[in-house]
Amino acid sequence: MLGKLTFDAFPHDLVILGGVATMALGIASIIGVLTYFKKWRWLWREWLTSLDPKRIGVMYIIVATVMLLRGVGDAVLIRAQQVLTASDHGILSSDHFQQIFSAHGTIMIFFVAMGVIFGLMNLLVPLMIGARDVAFPFLNATSFWLFVAGAVLVNLSLAIGEFSATGWLAYPPLSGIQFSPGVGVDYWIWALQIAGAGSLLSGINFLVTILKMRAPGMTMMRMPLFVWSCLGSLVLIVFAFPILTATLGMLSLDRLIGAHFFTSDFGGNPMMYVNLIWAWGHPEVYILILPAFGVFSEVVATFSSKRLFGYTSMVWAIAAITFLSFVVWLHHFFTMGAGANVNAFFGVMTMIIAVPTGVKVFNWLFTMYRGRVRLTTPILWFLGFVVTFTIGGMAGVMMAVPAIDFQVHNSLFLVAHFHTMIIGGVLFGAFAAFSYWFPKFTGFVLHETLGKLSFFAWLIGFLLAFGPLYILGMMGATRRLDHYDPSLGWQWLFMVAGFGVLWILLGIGLQILQLVVSIWQRKKYVDATGDPWGGRTLEWATSSPPPFYNFAIIPHVGERDAFWAMKQHKKQSSTPKYEPIYLPKNTPLGLYIAACALVFGFAVIWHIWWLAFVGFIGIVVLLIVRVGDDDTEYEVSVATIRKIEEARGR
Amino acid sequence: MNVTSKTTLGFWIYLMTDCILFSVLFATYAVLHHNTFGGPSGQDLFELPFVLKETLLLLTSSFTCGLALIFARQNRQELALGWLGVTFLLGATFLALELHEFSTLVAEGNSWRRSGFLTAFFTLVGTHGLHIAIGLTWAGVLALQVKSRGFTEGVLRRLTLFSMFWHFLDVIWIFIFTVVYLMGVAG
Repeated sequence: MLGKLTFDAFPHDLVILGGVATMALGIASIIGVLTYFKKWRWLWREWLTSLDPKRIGVMYIIVATVMLLRGVGDAVLIRAQQVLTASDHGILSSDHFQQIFSAHGTIMIFFVAMGVIFGLMNLLVPLMIGARDVAFPFLNATSFWLFVAGAVLVNLSLAIGEFSATGWLAYPPLSGIQFSPGVGVDYWIWALQIAGAGSLLSGINFLVTILKMRAPGMTMMRMPLFVWSCLGSLVLIVFAFPILTATLGMLSLDRLIGAHFFTSDFGGNPMMYVNLIWAWGHPEVYILILPAFGVFSEVVATFSSKRLFGYTSMVWAIAAITFLSFVVWLHHFFTMGAGANVNAFFGVMTMIIAVPTGVKVFNWLFTMYRGRVRLTTPILWFLGFVVTFTIGGMAGVMMAVPAIDFQVHNSLFLVAHFHTMIIGGVLFGAFAAFSYWFPKFTGFVLHETLGKLSFFAWLIGFLLAFGPLYILGMMGATRRLDHYDPSLGWQWLFMVAGFGVLWILLGIGLQILQLVVSIWQRKKYVDATGDPWGGRTLEWATSSPPPFYNFAIIPHVGERDAFWAMKQHKKQSSTPKYEPIYLPKNTPLGLYIAACALVFGFAVIWHIWWLAFVGFIGIVVLLIVRVGDDDTEYEVSVATIRKIEEARGR
Repeated sequence: MNVTSKTTLGFWIYLMTDCILFSVLFATYAVLHHNTFGGPSGQDLFELPFVLKETLLLLTSSFTCGLALIFARQNRQELALGWLGVTFLLGATFLALELHEFSTLVAEGNSWRRSGFLTAFFTLVGTHGLHIAIGLTWAGVLALQVKSRGFTEGVLRRLTLFSMFWHFLDVIWIFIFTVVYLMGVAG
């Protein structure tokens, strides 16, 4: 009846029980608050069933933030273990340690970075291209809820069963049924499979949005650079995520029905998995970093009060990176032994990627040159990014040399490198975006001093936490190390790294404080103009927060930096002529579909086949119901629009 | 905003993602097809006349699907439904034949558990079969929609998408026929 699910699946370990208790307490307090303030109906109507991309974007950011805290918790445990393990056995058992670093990587990539990227796309892409919505609003909501279902599965593994102990990419044969007979790898597979399906659908959705729904006059070469960078990222998603789906599917068949794709006997080929997962995995890192580049392009231009230097070359750099990211995957396993020629090809290709990336960095710096630079929090994040990204980029080019890579393969040097890129690139970009666009969606700006303080805490913490890892990697410390011999003399470096983590925690604390203080004193920080920074792109042409229909009248775009141009010419027609607007009705069906997917995934993980059948049928029925519904839009009357727009003028 | 043009473009992009999914399976098949681990190879297992029958069924179904769409656009409900029905029957027969082939192989002890080659074979061909099954379900739902509400804009749009999907599966099958069966028998 319940497949492999027995009482043993529930946690017995104290550390895990603590984690579960914290989670339960968090959920209980949220439910309590919602019930006490009678907010359930509001939550359901305004948020959970909403098809408005601005609402969905905010929800993405919230889920990603929660998952970020979970991922940071895992990181703290990893660091604590490595600091303490030299003299003792540390605080964690080997198996638990492995689960933690696997969960840390999986969460940070799939449920933090991806969540932030899709959150930003939802919030900004329609506004920036002068559209009212995305191409397929219902699909968009479904994608979001599938993402949530994946996140729920990862967290559920803490309470019921175990998580994968095979690293964030679960290489076979270790992740095969022979060496990982538990449910951990299955949790990993289905969390990613469900969230990945959501990502793929979002990819298609936003690609069509950008290609088909731009405001009149906005040619491709007039799009804001953030939109261009999203376009590159979306093309990568559309090309790369099917590979992930297929690969996870094959691994799943190996584990479920005794197939022999990646087994080490019966003619399976484990290296096929490694090739396939990186054919997805390498584009994936560019899927994450390209939108961050886009954020910096907007931030730098705005706060330098100058148009972006070298727009065309920026676009081509994005295109080059998009293409090149598909021909470098083998650099993740030069040690496979594919031979000198193959390694040389992938090594050279990898180094070439540094060229368009360098072009971007110089263009940003030239934008600042002779600009009127305002040193606000977003621009500080940008400057920090330039420093860290250059360090990480140099390390990357070093590792692109196969001979060097053989020395540092799977070492902490590599760990330091990709953390420099992802924290210094993606995360700093996300933080810059947060402080830059926060007023657009709330109507008030963030506390500036606390923002700056948190930046410095983060930067110091980041350098302290990952600098020593470069050195340790060079000294031969491998990644995923749960103990080492004290005589190696590594402990003090791990202690410095651990000290850096404390600084990062301080930075996070300051960010939370910043948010609390800003919300508390929001009257003081209110921004009534809708354009607090002297923005250049169309999202700043709307009020803050924008009305649910984004634009009462779809703007006509004559040049790049459309809003900047509007402000220069400034000729408003006396009485705007409004027309009725058609928008999609709210529906909970996307949420229901994801719930069924969650049930399906959970059932397959535990081999509860009848329940899997129920989940599957649920998805099919819901899809048929939705497809059969032709009445999905409602009209916003001219009177309503006029009322909202006139209220804005006052 | 023209819904049909957005949806069509979106569906094209979806088909391309599906194409990539299949290309991964093809690549895996190409890597694993010699790994018979002492078991039978494609030369020992495949019967070309049988596969040719499957192929002709599927190709014909693509043609009849096209006829259904033409009549739907002319608003001739009886004919459109009739040809959609023929398409469904041809697809269902194809699927039945494929399942027959699979069950014969399994009964002879040549299941996907036997070798890497058979794993790749069953997965590649089976994934195509799964798509056919989805297509059949879709055709059934569409037929009901045509009956209940006639050729509204939405129903016509979905018929067009279905026909794109069905033709796409044909193209994939041509590749399977060539790469798996023809090249498999040739050795």
